Amino acid sequence: MSLSPDSRKAPATEWRSAHAPLSRRHLLVHGLEVMLANTAISGLLSSINGHPFGPTLVYGQCIGLSIWAIIEAGRRVLPVRASGWPAGWRGILLLVLACPVGYAIGLTIADMIYGHSNWHAYLSKPRRILLDFGPAAVFFAVVAGWFYARGQAREHRAQIAAATHAATLARLDMLQSQLEPHMLFNTLANLRALIAVDPLRAQEMLDHLIAFLRATLAASRQSEHPLSEEFARLDDYLALMRVRMGERLCTRVTLPPELGALPVPPLLLQPLVENAIKHGLEPQRGPGELHVEASLDGSTLVLRVADTGRGLDAAARALAREPALPSSGFGLAQIRERLRTLHGDAARFTLEPRHGGGTLAEIRLPAAARPHS
Amino acid sequence: MTTALIAEDEPLLAQALRAELAHAWPDLQLLEPAVDGDDAVERALSGRPDVVFLDIRMPGRTGLEAAEAIVEEWPGDAGALPLIVFVTAYDQYALQAFERAAVDYLQKPVQPARLAACCARLRDTLALRTAANGAAKPAAADDAALLGRLRTLLAAPAEAAPTALAILQASIGPTLHMIPVDEVIYFEAADKYVRVVTREREALIRMSLRELLPRLQPEKFWQIHRGTVVRADAIATATRDDSGKVFLTLRERPERLVTSRLYAHLFRGM
Repeated sequence: MSLSPDSRKAPATEWRSAHAPLSRRHLLVHGLEVMLANTAISGLLSSINGHPFGPTLVYGQCIGLSIWAIIEAGRRVLPVRASGWPAGWRGILLLVLACPVGYAIGLTIADMIYGHSNWHAYLSKPRRILLDFGPAAVFFAVVAGWFYARGQAREHRAQIAAATHAATLARLDMLQSQLEPHMLFNTLANLRALIAVDPLRAQEMLDHLIAFLRATLAASRQSEHPLSEEFARLDDYLALMRVRMGERLCTRVTLPPELGALPVPPLLLQPLVENAIKHGLEPQRGPGELHVEASLDGSTLVLRVADTGRGLDAAARALAREPALPSSGFGLAQIRERLRTLHGDAARFTLEPRHGGGTLAEIRLPAAARPHS
Repeated sequence: MTTALIAEDEPLLAQALRAELAHAWPDLQLLEPAVDGDDAVERALSGRPDVVFLDIRMPGRTGLEAAEAIVEEWPGDAGALPLIVFVTAYDQYALQAFERAAVDYLQKPVQPARLAACCARLRDTLALRTAANGAAKPAAADDAALLGRLRTLLAAPAEAAPTALAILQASIGPTLHMIPVDEVIYFEAADKYVRVVTREREALIRMSLRELLPRLQPEKFWQIHRGTVVRADAIATATRDDSGKVFLTLRERPERLVTSRLYAHLFRGM
């Protein structure tokens, strides 16, 4: 299993705090379940070997509760997982040891109640041990095993729930990073202003915003789309930013037509372009340039986002000074993660200072042709 | 005539706010708008408007930093400080804080009804101020308090009271000098660094004055200017000149330090 020790521990502690398997209420419920099972076993045993039900029930309860007490003690002493059982062989060993030991203890207690010794009979006729203990052991093991399986199933369910929860959070993070509220409200404010002065341009801007939102929402469902599509979505975003920043933003987007059909993960470049503007160009006084470019280096697709903004150092300093600003960390980690998932070590992402000022981001990935084109 | 300055880096938004203000407050005279934070400080100090609308996220200085600089550098003979209104597209946490450090705040897109209410509030505040004028000069102590609130806002993300510094580690060439804070006579802001001045030497530390200030004991070290913090017991004399400026002489250094208007009230005599 590839889970790290930490991620293994996490659901266990979560589960324990939610249901508290060793709480008083749990003990009471579980104890009643055990006594019910003991009663059933005693009934079965007395019908098999013809002993009277009353004493069989007393012996059954003493033995069953002793086994349970040992298991419960073991679960308190040993580290337990979300199932409520010690991990791996320890859990099985606890089960296997608890049955004979609990049997011996329970038998002794019941003997004391009735004032005679079964031990004496057992020691003189070892065959009776097998006769009495055999069927009882099978029944107790079945019951204990059932409890064990139930705990494992519960852990499984908790793990699935935790994984689903984590996946949902990741999707939410991604969506929130893409639909950054600051960007959205500023764009809407521009749109509102434009409606009054230039309705035609306002309509055009709204179309770009619609295409951008649609692509953002769809991106989490698709795994790949053509590079031409990727660039079209960048155009939408850049058109919005050009309206907002006016003459301060100059953009150049270069996509050789023969590369348009190459598949790329959707909105792979989006965070890079966004960062170039948000951390490089927007906070810088005066105008700046942004250049997005796709090229082929042998069989490697090279995607570059270059800006003439204030550079990585200045951005890092500003972020350290004002941590409330949205960080670029999530977007970059997400790019690395997506590239690794799709191409393993064959893809590379670098972020470095650009010659002549600003920042250069570069993604290199295998240029695989679309299978059906 | 009431004057106002708009500082907004997005041209369409500046234009729209201008148009909306013309509607909500026809008598308001608008100065040439500022396109970024630094521009806002310059235009506010030279144009001396009654009201400043400051976008929070701007190139160069942010709206908050611009507000701080305007308050700090506002000339003593220029009358009362301008009323500040912050304008922001989205701020999850800071809205109430903006309200404490400014007369009002607006959220983008600016809604006409909200803008009208903001203008009414500004007019009331200005009317109160005119009524009180003559009775009392605008108190520097109030301005200093406003500055304090702005600073709190600016420092807010740092949170959790940082521990007071005892030793400064400053490199001079290849050597690291360990300077006890108590030996420092004054600190002076130098771009992204702070110049540390003791009796016998000067050194630079890689830290801004803004980052350093919360780590100094306020009763020991006094800020006397935007860029200067001095150890109180190193000050020998304070002299007020004809223009009302206060100059300090030091016990163990020959320099004279100048105090800005906002901090002059620290030196009043007992």
